[in-house]
Amino acid sequence: MVRTATIQRKIIITAIAWTIGLLIFFPVLWTILTSFKSEAQAIADPPVFLFFDWTLENYSIVQERSDYLRYLWNSVIIAGVSTLLGILVAVPAAWSMAFTPSKRTKDILLWMLSTKMLPAVGVLYPIYLIFIQLNLLDTLIGLIVVLMMINLPIIVWMLYTYFREIPKEILEAARMDGASLQKEILHVLTPMAVPGIASTILLNFILAWNEAFWTLNLTAAKAGPLTAFIASYSSPEGLFYAKLSAASTMAIAPILILGWFSQKQLVRGLTFGAVK
Amino acid sequence: MATLDSRTISRMMMAPAVFLLLVWMLVPLTMTFYFSFKKFLPLRGGDLGWVGFENYIRFVTSSSFWPSVQATLAIVGGVLLITVFFAILLALLLDQPMWGQGIVRILVIAPFFVMPTVSALVWKNMFMDPVNGLFAHLWKFFGLAPFEWLSQASLLSVTMIVSWQWLPFATLILLTAIQSLDREQLEAAEIDGASTLARFYHIILPHLGQAITIVILIQTIFLLSIFAEIFVTTQGSFGTKTLTYLIFQRVLESQNVGLGSAGGVYAIILANIVAIFLMRIVGKNLDK
Repeated sequence: MVRTATIQRKIIITAIAWTIGLLIFFPVLWTILTSFKSEAQAIADPPVFLFFDWTLENYSIVQERSDYLRYLWNSVIIAGVSTLLGILVAVPAAWSMAFTPSKRTKDILLWMLSTKMLPAVGVLYPIYLIFIQLNLLDTLIGLIVVLMMINLPIIVWMLYTYFREIPKEILEAARMDGASLQKEILHVLTPMAVPGIASTILLNFILAWNEAFWTLNLTAAKAGPLTAFIASYSSPEGLFYAKLSAASTMAIAPILILGWFSQKQLVRGLTFGAVK
Repeated sequence: MATLDSRTISRMMMAPAVFLLLVWMLVPLTMTFYFSFKKFLPLRGGDLGWVGFENYIRFVTSSSFWPSVQATLAIVGGVLLITVFFAILLALLLDQPMWGQGIVRILVIAPFFVMPTVSALVWKNMFMDPVNGLFAHLWKFFGLAPFEWLSQASLLSVTMIVSWQWLPFATLILLTAIQSLDREQLEAAEIDGASTLARFYHIILPHLGQAITIVILIQTIFLLSIFAEIFVTTQGSFGTKTLTYLIFQRVLESQNVGLGSAGGVYAIILANIVAIFLMRIVGKNLDK
C-alpha cells in the first residue's frame, strides 16, 4: 500500500518536473530547432516543430556572411587568456591567504569582493578614455585585461574556498619531512589543488565568455567576441529567424556543454562560500 | 626567523593580486570623481572647467532621472519577486525523488549559460515579435489580438527576459540550501503530525532564510547593472531606460562626460549600499 502510494507520488512529481524543465528549456530548444529550418519554415504559421526539411544551410551562410569563426576565435582567446592570467595572479594570493592567514586576510578578501560590486557603468568613461589613449579600443589585449580584472575577485575567492579545504596537517607534515618550498608546491600543492583550480577555470571561462558590457562597449569589428557578433543581429538581420538561430546556437553551444559540468562551482563561485 | 620569512613570502604571494585590484579600482574611480565635477564635453569643446556640484544636481533634476529610477526599481523588483518565488517552488520540487532528476536539473539551469545578447534577441524576435513571434501565434490560436510586447508592455517584457536568465541561479542556490537541511528534523516533524504546509513554514523556510537573502543581494547587484538585454531589445525606449542605461547614454552617446560621471557616482553609491549588507553575511561566514 505504502509503496504504491510513493510510486504514484514519484510518477506525478516526475511528470510535473519534466514539464516545467522542458518549459524553461524551451527557448533554447526552439532556437536550436529553428536553426535547422529554412527561413520560410522558421516563420511558418502555424509554427512547425519537428516535421520540416532539416538543413544545415543557415550555418554555412552565417559563416560566409559574417565570418563566425573569427568571432569564435576572439571569444576563445579573450575568455581563455583572461581566465588563465587571472589564475596565475590569484593562485599565490589565495594560497597564502588560505595557509598563512593573518589578521588582515579577512579584510583583504572582503575588499577584493567589494571591487567586484563596482557598477561597470560607473567607470565606463575612464576605461574608455584609457583605452583610447593606449590604443586599446577593439583589441584583444585590452579586453583580456579588463575581463581578467573583473573576474579576478571571483577567482581569488573560489580558489581560497577550495584551498581552505586542503588539510593544513599535510603541508606541515611535508615541511617536517624537510620538503623545500619547491617540492611542497610540486608534490603537495599541485595534486590537491588541481580539482579546485580546474573548477575555477571552468566557471570563470563561462563568465568571461558571456560578459556583455565591456565586450559590447569596447570592441567593434576586429576584436569583437560572440556577444558582439550576436548583438549585430539586433536589426534587421534578426528578422531572419533561421540565421539568427544558427548564429545563436553556435554562440551558446560550447558554453551550454561546459556549463553542465559546472553546476556545483556555480553556487560556490557566485555566493562566495556563503551557501554550501 | 622562520615565521618572519614565511610572512614575507606570503606577502609577496599576495602582492600582485592586491596591487592589480588596487590600481583597477582607484584609477578609474578617481577619474570618475574628477570628471563628475567638471563640465566635460569631448566632442563640443572638451574640458570647460570646474563646475562644483552642478552635474550632480543636473543629473537628478533632469526629466529622465525619475523615470529611470522607476524603470530600474520595476525591473530589479520584478525580477527579484519572480525569481525568488519560483525558485523556492522549483527547489522544493527538484528536491523530491523522481526519475531523470539530473536531466531536469540541466534543463532548468541551461538559461543561465545563454549569453545575454542571445537570450534577449531570441526572446525579442522569436517569441515577442507581434507578427512572427511564437507568442503571436499562441495569441492567435486563442483568438486574441497580437500583442506588441516590447512597446506595449516593455517593462514586463524585459523583466520576463531577465527573470528567465536568473531563475536558474536562484533555483540552484536554494536547492543547494535545501539539500543541506537536516532530514531527521523534517521526518520527526512529519511523525509528530505536522502538515506539509506547517513543515514548510516552520522548518524549510527559516532554513532557507539566509540563502534567500544572499540570492536577493547578489542578484540585486547584478540586476542593477543589466545592460545587454536593454541594448539589443528596446535601446532604452518605451520606458525601459534604467539608471545604468541612462548613464551609458550620457557618457558614450551624447558624450556629456561630466554629467554621466555624476550619474556614475550615484550608481556606485547605490551599489555599495547593497554590497555592505552582502559583505556582512559573507564576512560572518568566513569566521565559521
